Amino acid sequence: MNPESAHVETKIVDGVHYHQYDIVIVGAGGAGMRAAIEAGPGARTAVISKLYPTRSHTGAAQGGMAAALANVEEDSWEWHTFDTIKGGDYLVDQDAAEILAKEAIDAVIDLENMGLPFNRTPEGKIDQRRFGGHTRDHGKAPVRRACYAADRTGHMILQTLFQNCVKLGIEFYNEYYALDLVMTDVDGVEQPSGIVAHDLATGELHVFRAKAIIFATGGYGKIFKTTSNAHTLTGDGVGIIWRKGLPLEDMEFFQFHPTGLAGLGILLTEGARGEGAILRNASGERFMERYAPTIKDLAPRDIVSRCMQQEVAEGRGAGPHKDYVLLDCTHLGAEVLETKLPDITEFARTYLGVDPVYEPVPVMPTAHYAMGGIPTNVAAEVLRDNTAVVPGLYAAGECACVSVHGSNRLGTNSLLDINVFGKRAGRNAVEYAKGVEFTPLPDDPAGPVRRMLDQLRDSNGTERIGAIRKELQEEMDKNAQVFRTDESLAHVTEVIARLRERYRNVAVQDKGKRFNTDLLEAVELGFLLDLAEVVVFSARNRRESRGGHMRDDFPNRDDEQYMQHTMAYLSGDPQSSLADDHIRLDWKPVTVTRYQPMERKY
Amino acid sequence: MSTAMLETQSTDTADAAIQAFTVTFLIRRFDPDVDAEPRWQDFDVEMYATDRVLDALHKIKWEQDGSLTFRRSCAHGICGSDAMRINGRNRLACKTLIKDLDISKPIYVEAIKGLPLEKDLVVDMEPFFASYREVQPFLIANSQPEAGKERIQSIAKREIFDDTTKCILCAACTSSCPVFWTDGQYFGPAAIVNAHRFIFDSRDDAASVRLDILNDKEGVWRCRTTFNCTDACPRGIEVTKAIAEVKQAIIRGKP
Ligand SMILES: Cc1cc2nc3c(=O)[nH]c(=O)nc-3n(C[C@H](O)[C@H](O)[C@H](O)COP(=O)(O)OP(=O)(O)OC[C@H]3O[C@@H](n4cnc5c(N)ncnc54)[C@H](O)[C@@H]3O)c2cc1C
Ligand code: FES
Repeated sequence: MNPESAHVETKIVDGVHYHQYDIVIVGAGGAGMRAAIEAGPGARTAVISKLYPTRSHTGAAQGGMAAALANVEEDSWEWHTFDTIKGGDYLVDQDAAEILAKEAIDAVIDLENMGLPFNRTPEGKIDQRRFGGHTRDHGKAPVRRACYAADRTGHMILQTLFQNCVKLGIEFYNEYYALDLVMTDVDGVEQPSGIVAHDLATGELHVFRAKAIIFATGGYGKIFKTTSNAHTLTGDGVGIIWRKGLPLEDMEFFQFHPTGLAGLGILLTEGARGEGAILRNASGERFMERYAPTIKDLAPRDIVSRCMQQEVAEGRGAGPHKDYVLLDCTHLGAEVLETKLPDITEFARTYLGVDPVYEPVPVMPTAHYAMGGIPTNVAAEVLRDNTAVVPGLYAAGECACVSVHGSNRLGTNSLLDINVFGKRAGRNAVEYAKGVEFTPLPDDPAGPVRRMLDQLRDSNGTERIGAIRKELQEEMDKNAQVFRTDESLAHVTEVIARLRERYRNVAVQDKGKRFNTDLLEAVELGFLLDLAEVVVFSARNRRESRGGHMRDDFPNRDDEQYMQHTMAYLSGDPQSSLADDHIRLDWKPVTVTRYQPMERKY
Repeated sequence: MSTAMLETQSTDTADAAIQAFTVTFLIRRFDPDVDAEPRWQDFDVEMYATDRVLDALHKIKWEQDGSLTFRRSCAHGICGSDAMRINGRNRLACKTLIKDLDISKPIYVEAIKGLPLEKDLVVDMEPFFASYREVQPFLIANSQPEAGKERIQSIAKREIFDDTTKCILCAACTSSCPVFWTDGQYFGPAAIVNAHRFIFDSRDDAASVRLDILNDKEGVWRCRTTFNCTDACPRGIEVTKAIAEVKQAIIRGKP
């Protein structure tokens, strides 16, 4: 039956619950909650999150949030803009970077005014520290731009935003997994009309009808094995958009953070190097001096990660297998480590049994941040092609690609991004919702999700979720990590095709309704397979090296051909195993305002 | 059931430290669709000394029994998803390493106590968050800061409430508290910690409101200073001390 006739706020039809809100936000991390704080007071708003809000991975962010407050030394948003563009290897849309840097100042002040306990200067102002790629006067020297709260900046942001959501009485649907975006054909144009979500506690389906929908579902680092990302970062939101036939932008660009705990991937913030820690090879040499003579260990992440891999490849790695380098914090002293970097000090002690006060810590690059994602304009509106927007659909945070990060994000620019564009998404969604009526829902909007879940639950297949996921992650690490070649990418393309075949035969062991995390892991694996495929397909097509995408077979940047964003479209049967059959790539021009591309030296 | 059988594998001295053990886990299972009462089930898992209990749960779920249900996300002690009772103590599964447990005996894993059991290791967190919300855990300031500027706070004043800003709302403290087990109405340590975080923040003006709330019969005075909460906190917050500071503030009538 068509629930359209039922205008009541909550109604159960054929076992499906129907709700109606002006605005539905999917995701309760930093971006989602920042949007909610903006939207809640102006429109009836619901936030749907597969995790309790405070479990979101924004809480894991450590080092800081950039803003040219100039609290401790001269700084300007214009320098911040330039650093962001250069850091992103000129694939950044410069108008967006300017907005990011300008609005950074208010974004940080907003958070402080909401209660965030930043570290303070002796005058009681927000303290700031150095971070990779952030410089004074266009690259002259590192600048103190990162506002921070010890090495728990993300935790404090997440808590502060949650606290303010509680204050405003924002409605949360926690442990609800959004699994589909409902689109309705209105005069030949597909318009968003709702979200279908699975309530983990009951196993029941809910349709959230809304005028405006904001995606804020975070990243998808779990396509890799070694990653700083949470188990739940499986790219569901990006996957949902992809399956709707909407484009994904710059998916080949994934950031590998230099300092993951060796073998584990748990992050040690760049803030450690901001405070003076040094990377050393087996012989104790400060090797970054050779590669980036001006800013050394504070070069951007793509560069440092490559240098580390190179040190190891050339036999200068440390440890019994010469397979990692060392992060030396010993000269910082116990005081700095305990007060400014307490959490990472504890991570090293707990997980590696290494005490950073006395010993250097084994580190290697770890998959960290998705630069690519759902393309949006600077109003956070989702794009359906290079220029046209999908009315009423917004995206913000790591799932989105504005693009302010281009091919390599600077540290501290993501906590900034989620606040600046989360706020914009919330504000613009309210404006939009005020001016439109609800789009009608199609018949049985939950049908496709119900069929997908039934099929997974009822399958008597023989494949196990864990085995497929493990192989995907291991092969992605081997073939699509810091260094890539056509050969490695072709190989992992074949692996993914095979895994997609096997996925069709996957079995869920838990057949129950309530808290069926087995079932949801199967769904998440489906998204991982889709996204890994797009990442690799886009990476193969970019025959140059730029930012986070390093092709050993095409080691140079090629502005002539490739200073453009990749736009990937689902163009055929999404179920087919071969990427060639269902992915089409296109280009989108980069917005250049005042900075012409230069060679990227540090 | 086999416990702590040494796998003879590595001969290389560099790898000598990397030995796999078979460790037995006894997990308290409960499937609301089927079970009337929880039951214990054992699993043998191949583990390394540096593995975490969370790795063991994943191995069981991914290789043996997909229906084993627990919450987790970050896997490094930051998100607060996986507080559980491990050998009778509240801990985060992702921060408890095998090498720190006695593996000559089975390792007991069960859900935290005092909150309604939903399935296996999952409890209903709503009552916990309801107490949290009740203490008004957000900044309430009467004065407006200068437009576009931060409020000024000295390093020393920031330091006073530093410890309680670390809370990740995992409920390890509250669900380790014997008072909370017998009286579910008690606010519990986590809510008091989050009240403390604002009561002692120099930018906040609503300390008296929160002190009133906690002066209630289900408030701080229920605390019997057993220190279970402090022992349980995976973030190393001195929970009992924070509660004592709130008690003193109530007596003083101000922070
Ligand atoms: C260890 C670490 C340290 C970092 N440090 C820094 C730093 O110092 N500075 C910096 O600028 N950046 C840092 N970053 C990056 C930054 O933290 C993240 O990019 C950013 O926090 C992402 O925020 P988000 O709101 O987009 O996503 P998240 O915080 O990941 O939130 C995603 C939300 O979406 C929800 N969700 C996902 N799928 C679904 C679904 N299907 N249905 C419903 N809900 C769903 C989740 O429940 C969650 O609430 C760090 C990242 C990591 C991993
Ligand atoms: S999984 Fe996040 S705290 Fe353990």
